[in-house]
Amino acid sequence: MGADTVTAGTDEKVCVEHLFKIFGADPQDTIRRIREGASKDQIYADTASVAAVADVSFSVAQGEIFVVMGLSGSGKSTLIRCINRLIEPTQGRILLDGNDIVGMDVEGLRRLRLNKLSMVFQHFALFPHKTVGENVEYGLKIRGMSARERREKAVRALEQVGLAAYADVPPDNLSGGMQQRVGLARGLAVDPEIMLMDEPFSALDPLIRRDMQDELLVLQQQLRMTIIFITHDLHEALRIGDRIAIMKDGRFVQLGTPEEIVANPADDYVSAFTRDVDRSRVFRAYMLRGDPHALSSDTTIETALERFASLGRETLFMVDEDGRPLGVVRRHDLERGGEKTALRDSLIDDFPSAQGSQELIELYTACATGLPIALVDEAGRLEGIVDPLEVFRLLGGGSEESAEQASASAASGDTERSAIQTGPLEMRRSDHG
Amino acid sequence: MADQISDYYTLPLDDWIEFFVKDWLVPNFRPVFRAVQWPIDQVLNGLEDFLLWLPYPVFVVVIPLIAWRVAGRGVAGFTLLSLIFLDLLGIWRETMVTLAMIVTAVTFCVIVGVPLGILAARSDRFYSFIRPILDIMQTIPPFVYLVPIVMLFGVGIVPGVIATIIFALPPVIRLTNLGIRQVQAELVEAGLAFGSTRRQLLFEIQIPLALRTIMAGLNQTLMLSLSMVVIAALIGAGGLGLTVFTGLGRLDVGRASLGGIGIVLLAIMLDRITQALGEGGRSKAPGQKGSLTRVFKGIVQGSKAYNEKS
Repeated sequence: MGADTVTAGTDEKVCVEHLFKIFGADPQDTIRRIREGASKDQIYADTASVAAVADVSFSVAQGEIFVVMGLSGSGKSTLIRCINRLIEPTQGRILLDGNDIVGMDVEGLRRLRLNKLSMVFQHFALFPHKTVGENVEYGLKIRGMSARERREKAVRALEQVGLAAYADVPPDNLSGGMQQRVGLARGLAVDPEIMLMDEPFSALDPLIRRDMQDELLVLQQQLRMTIIFITHDLHEALRIGDRIAIMKDGRFVQLGTPEEIVANPADDYVSAFTRDVDRSRVFRAYMLRGDPHALSSDTTIETALERFASLGRETLFMVDEDGRPLGVVRRHDLERGGEKTALRDSLIDDFPSAQGSQELIELYTACATGLPIALVDEAGRLEGIVDPLEVFRLLGGGSEESAEQASASAASGDTERSAIQTGPLEMRRSDHG
Repeated sequence: MADQISDYYTLPLDDWIEFFVKDWLVPNFRPVFRAVQWPIDQVLNGLEDFLLWLPYPVFVVVIPLIAWRVAGRGVAGFTLLSLIFLDLLGIWRETMVTLAMIVTAVTFCVIVGVPLGILAARSDRFYSFIRPILDIMQTIPPFVYLVPIVMLFGVGIVPGVIATIIFALPPVIRLTNLGIRQVQAELVEAGLAFGSTRRQLLFEIQIPLALRTIMAGLNQTLMLSLSMVVIAALIGAGGLGLTVFTGLGRLDVGRASLGGIGIVLLAIMLDRITQALGEGGRSKAPGQKGSLTRVFKGIVQGSKAYNEKS
């Protein structure tokens, strides 16, 4: 099961191990029942205890956006509040930078919240008796920072969310989206290492929500915080998350990258969510990467035809000495036209190309040419090709084969994975423009 | 015909209480109660002297100005007319004594009540302990504790103020508790999530947001203390209460009515002004200074205006 999936990393920022939060009279008994496999409803019926978080383990890497997605009552809000101990966990360990915060004394906990953690709330939780600027200053004020210094920092944080002009306005005068920007600025002003976001965009209109998601991704690109993000919206989770945990009845049903979850839902519960996901926005070109078997620029027509025959391909790319694609050669062009003397003459240099990190939706126009799509790396070198038919086969989704292939490719392929981990945001930015 | 228990035996509770108060509480704790009396005495005398020292014209200019700054033109006009009228009735001195008593009582109610209310809001156990006491304080007829108060504190204006404090204290405790408990959980969470200490949470978030409710409690306390000053006259407190009380004793309807009118006018003035203070807590834009500052501004402007006039 996904519940025990702990992705070990060298740069783990947050690590949660076998966390339980039980609301009820006899928590130890409830934990025993959970270990024996009793369901949440069963436990509630038997003992009137609620197992809000039941044996959850995960770890979040430095700079990662980890999304917990679940419906109301799944325990996701309880989980995030356990991480800064607004709610006391019943059992388990929560390691921040390797230090267990469960059982930490009040003063240590307070200092941790003051210096490392920050939180953004669903209903903004702005202080109505303070101005926007004073709200943003709050975390700095209670650190004892001087009025001028914290004002400067607050204005800088407000600039980041585009609201510097509103510093002296009461928050009630702002719209919902703007209020949450203030909430975000308040969280950012303290330069947190870990940002906890409890359904921050759920109370906003869909369009504003999208803007805010984009904005968060842009900010994250600069700031590289470790973000734990709660949502009930799978689309939001897929857009934002580097990894996603699907939570149900206090447990993680599945934990994986967006691609893994869409391509290979762990059970019916998850697939009920993923069914109406726009796969073309989740899957990326690298998932369909095929070996290029590229021809070099000095290949003769004869050797080329031999290659075509031996590979059973209809098209092949030609690359220059540096591995940059020069164009595509079609087999039937070579077979038909005998008058050409050099391979270069039948080269189609108007070929479609894409980067591995691009979403499939951006490949549609490229697919329309009928030619294979060249996947190029940042230096412009050919690293693979995508067969247009494969794009539609993967998007069609129904076929088990392509789904498995996709998830296998998402799970394996070290280079692509590392690319995703190091630069998920640059990639995603490409479509937000 | 004897079919009631009381025909055979009556519980001598009255004797027990008499014994408890007269033979144990009074001889053993009199110094303690005397000590309690001291700060009240100081504040009351200081205030009374100040109010009686204050030249009448200053009063008539400054108070309506405060009312104007805090509560608007209507209340200011009413206050001005009332003050002139009170003087016309020839009960100015009594009014000032009553005002000093009330302000003293309310001050001590706030000093005692707000911290108790905060404590009650923070601890469910303390709240369940203090709740029945507040219920008793609010339901017990004030006449009942006038006698022990006389025994412990003697007669006079200070014991009258003490009786008033006991009578008027519950609302400010209750509403402070309520106000703090009513602060949205998410706001408290936000405060905690950023690492506030309990003190910072209290002063930065809880009290400012509860201020309006606390002011409503203060207003209630003020009204209760106004109604108590008449009764306090029974144990020697002076002021308007005494005017009513002597009028009552001599069946002098006119004199008693004067006292009554004085109290009513005072009540309306104080009520409108303090209510506006509470409203101000709600409607003021954050960043602007609080209503109390506006009051001081009002005083400053008033005194300037007075200086210019004279």
